[in-house]
Amino acid sequence: MKNFRSQTGSVINEKEVIKFSFDSKIYFGYRGDTLSSALLANGVHLIGRSFKYHRPRGILSSGSEEPNAIVTFDRGEGKITPNVRATTLEIFEGLQVFSQNSYPNLKFDIGAFNNIFSMFFPAGFYNKTFMWPKSFWDKVYEPFIRNLAGLGPAPVNEDPDNYASSYGHCETLIIGSGPAGIAAALTASQKEGRVILVDEQPEIGGSLLSSSNKKIDNMSADQWLSGARSNLEKSNNVKIMTRTTAIGYWHDNFVALSERLTDHMSEVPEGKVREQLHRIRAKRVILAQGAIERPLVFNGNDKPGVMLSNAAQTYLNKYGVRVGDNISIFTSHDSAYETAFELCDAKVGVSVIIDLRKEIDADLLAKAQSRGIVVHLNSSISKTYGKLRINSFEVFEPALNKKFKVKCDALIMSGGWTPSLHLWSHSKGTIKWNKDLSAYIPDKAHENVCCIGSCNGNFGIAKALNEGNSVFENSKKYIVKEQSFGTGVVSSNIPSYVSKEKQKAFVDFQNDVTEKDISLAVQEGFKSIEHVKRYTTNGMATDQGKTSNLNALEIASREVGSSIEKVGLTTFRPPYTPTTFGTFVGYRDKELFDPVRKTPIDAWAESNSAIYEPVGLWRRARFFPKDDENMDQAVARECKSTRDSLGIFDASTLGKIEVVGPDATKFMNLMYCTSWTSLKVGNCRYGLMLGEDGYIYDDGVVARIAEDRYHVTTTTGGAPRVFRHMEDYLQTEFNDLNVWLTSTTEQWAVIALNGPHARDILEPLVEGIDLSADFFPHMSVRLGSICGIPTRLFRVSFTGELGFEINVPSHYGLALWEILMAEGSKYKITPYGTEAMHVLRAEKGFIIVGQDTDGTVTPHDAGMAWAVAKKKKDFVGMRSLKRKDLVSGMRKQLVGLLTEDPLTVLAEGSQVVLDPKQPKPMKMIGHVTSSYWSESLGKSIAMAVIEDGFNRMGEDVYIPMPTGTIQAKVCKSVFYDPEGKRIHV
Amino acid sequence: MLLIHCPYCKEKRPEIEFAYAGEAHIVRPDAIAQSEMTDEEWSKFMFIRNNFRGEHAERWWHNAGCNMFFNAIRNTKTDKFVMTYKMGENRPTKTQIEAAKK
Ligand SMILES: [Zn+2]
Repeated sequence: MKNFRSQTGSVINEKEVIKFSFDSKIYFGYRGDTLSSALLANGVHLIGRSFKYHRPRGILSSGSEEPNAIVTFDRGEGKITPNVRATTLEIFEGLQVFSQNSYPNLKFDIGAFNNIFSMFFPAGFYNKTFMWPKSFWDKVYEPFIRNLAGLGPAPVNEDPDNYASSYGHCETLIIGSGPAGIAAALTASQKEGRVILVDEQPEIGGSLLSSSNKKIDNMSADQWLSGARSNLEKSNNVKIMTRTTAIGYWHDNFVALSERLTDHMSEVPEGKVREQLHRIRAKRVILAQGAIERPLVFNGNDKPGVMLSNAAQTYLNKYGVRVGDNISIFTSHDSAYETAFELCDAKVGVSVIIDLRKEIDADLLAKAQSRGIVVHLNSSISKTYGKLRINSFEVFEPALNKKFKVKCDALIMSGGWTPSLHLWSHSKGTIKWNKDLSAYIPDKAHENVCCIGSCNGNFGIAKALNEGNSVFENSKKYIVKEQSFGTGVVSSNIPSYVSKEKQKAFVDFQNDVTEKDISLAVQEGFKSIEHVKRYTTNGMATDQGKTSNLNALEIASREVGSSIEKVGLTTFRPPYTPTTFGTFVGYRDKELFDPVRKTPIDAWAESNSAIYEPVGLWRRARFFPKDDENMDQAVARECKSTRDSLGIFDASTLGKIEVVGPDATKFMNLMYCTSWTSLKVGNCRYGLMLGEDGYIYDDGVVARIAEDRYHVTTTTGGAPRVFRHMEDYLQTEFNDLNVWLTSTTEQWAVIALNGPHARDILEPLVEGIDLSADFFPHMSVRLGSICGIPTRLFRVSFTGELGFEINVPSHYGLALWEILMAEGSKYKITPYGTEAMHVLRAEKGFIIVGQDTDGTVTPHDAGMAWAVAKKKKDFVGMRSLKRKDLVSGMRKQLVGLLTEDPLTVLAEGSQVVLDPKQPKPMKMIGHVTSSYWSESLGKSIAMAVIEDGFNRMGEDVYIPMPTGTIQAKVCKSVFYDPEGKRIHV
Repeated sequence: MLLIHCPYCKEKRPEIEFAYAGEAHIVRPDAIAQSEMTDEEWSKFMFIRNNFRGEHAERWWHNAGCNMFFNAIRNTKTDKFVMTYKMGENRPTKTQIEAAKK
């Protein structure tokens, strides 16, 4: 096989030969090679197939802007990364990569039929093609789109790698370590303050690594760079971070860096972190991100072997690789001449330069001629030839209407330069159009940030170094010997005799968007660049249009007939380059991904086969199946045992707030619609909390522990917002009150005992509290101890049975639970879960805020007008309750429903109608909020909010379901023991 | 991510410690005023907000810090905090806002 390595590249170590494979074929490269430089050294240009048309594609660039050469990187054991740019992937011994979008193989690809039928895939083809018939969606369109969507294969196994994250701080963060960034870092290193210098490549240097012919302060660029590197490494205030990409820039100089630690290693040490996210807060940010060369948009510009001029220069100087033996150049910018000369001087064959411009600098022309390169000015390329790689092209001279063919094995192009404004734009810096450069450059900064070097439109090493220097007011001037960077023109309309209709002139290589697509989008009425982008998908692939956005903009503004400034640029969004999910996840993986909030008694539930359900952030035991019971059987048993004898329930998740202070009662009176003035110390009361809008916000039992102290309980899910709600009013509206609020949810474990034997089990265990009904009636609280543990013992019930809720400091919760389980065996004590709790409370008509209410239910709607104090002067929600709309008759009200067939259990959420025979759409008068099988009653029960429900007692209503209409009767919502005898025993 | 100066903690802390809490300087009418308000007036107090583009007075809550509510002048266009001040202090004047920008 022919070798295309002509010289020693600045980053290549020829002593270390590296074996790797591409599509299972073995190749060799050197330490320092990227996949693309190593493949080019082996004469391989064909890397993959394009996304939409499956056209053969090669290597366009030499950096992270690469749209074409993307591969799948496979390390086995689930470590598959798709869409990796061959231009940034460092090779190592044993590296295995695969091409994408090709079946059965890269050279013969069946999907390429899309190319032949490309007239069916114009701009917006998704929107146009996949419209009808509807029945085609599942079987035809969706599989087709799925097949097309995405690039490489998504990994199927769990990612076994480790990821890390950390915070960092510095005075100066410099992003990009080309000449500008290094000069800035050198000056900053002489001053006070921490400096971080970041570069995405394996070593610092940027364009200096491919500038071996240039001289800085009388040294070769290589020498100067190694001196600068060692000075920076010696500075103890400078941290150099390579293989690190600044992926995004947020407010107040907050920059995220993604550092890749292992992807370049052939042997990854066990447990080594693969990638680390650094969140850096910098006092000042200096952006030195460079510029990206722009491709020319001409017919057939996507053939393997067609690449950017700067890439050819980089492969030559940095990697010692020539991209061909007979190279031609197509340009509208002087900088391509430098590449041509350097290739020529390295004895690489360069035959012709096709220049779109009518005239160029005489000196350049002379230099070209002296090297034997033929320059065709005012010329263009109308066609390219070659199946899997370019082998020739057709030159078109519009002035003479002349065309002729030129043979080549590589065609390099330059359409000028685009300063990299990505991070500048993330930081909300504004940009302005520069006519001379035909590019957007930074304008006004929003943060403490500046751009230097070519990302600020100052091209060439001299300007970059000196601007890097001057940001710290250093007056030193670097003397650089280099060819002038020169000028160029932007040509959005490359002359051709081939009609635009017949051309395949690619703008976005990764998403297969052509010039024609953009013209079509504008013709179809998409005038805004943001709309053109979405309609054509230009710039929406993984490269985010780094090489295509400006060309798309030029073409769109040409078609709209407006200036570029008026058409505007699309928004830059993080991340700058594709970033693994692992980097963002960091340590928050597995059990730390979404930490489970467990009660102190959770361990018992876990070892007693509890089936859990999530409630807010908590996991709660839903039921405890015995043997092979299903949920319905387990719940029925748990309910029955509780009503017949004794049930035990972990209620620790109840929200708890301690309200303390001389003005505690005043505060409680304002926060709840309930009245607290008459509540005696030692008593409990059901509290209903409203929003200022008059709707039910939360509820819970409140105990008055002392004159100035309330033990407030809230719903499990409502605890944080109730606390916030109280704090808000206390701090901002009722701030004259002397009250302190403390969230005590996690300080108390709460065990609920319910059933006829609830008192019997407690009697021998409790000290200092008389449990008899006379001394300790329903809705009261006593302080004492249980099994020697201090307790706030509530006599309350959410089941309608004799009930107690034992509050003990949370670390005693599990021990007490276990004692109660042992003691309770004589009463057949039965642990029950949240499902049985729901059934038991529904049998009593007790509401669950958020289930039976939805934020539009007033106390009156819920049948709890009794809970609203009549004599209070003020409370939150009072005025709203008097609003016309809240007192009018046609509101939905909470009622009970009993199905005609007692065995039918309604579905929660199902809609209720009055007349099931009315034409569709039917008038729905409400919906079912709670519905269960009641084992105790031997029938199904339900609650529903129904229009004017209180006036419909005994009426029949209907619940139309897919399987048929269910008939039910409206009734009161208390189904079990309506007199409440059992609760008071 | 923004850095927000808490006037109670007297230091800049990262945005994730804070929660937005709506427009500032909307005073809840006392019981007497409430009883004199028409439904129309009451719903204005309840629901109608400024949605201002520019320097907006708004409430923030240092919920993962000192738990205090405070007021801020934030530019809703640029997302820059101009100043923060304690609950109960008057809305800053134009002059005060301009001074805080320097
Ligand atoms: Zn604070």
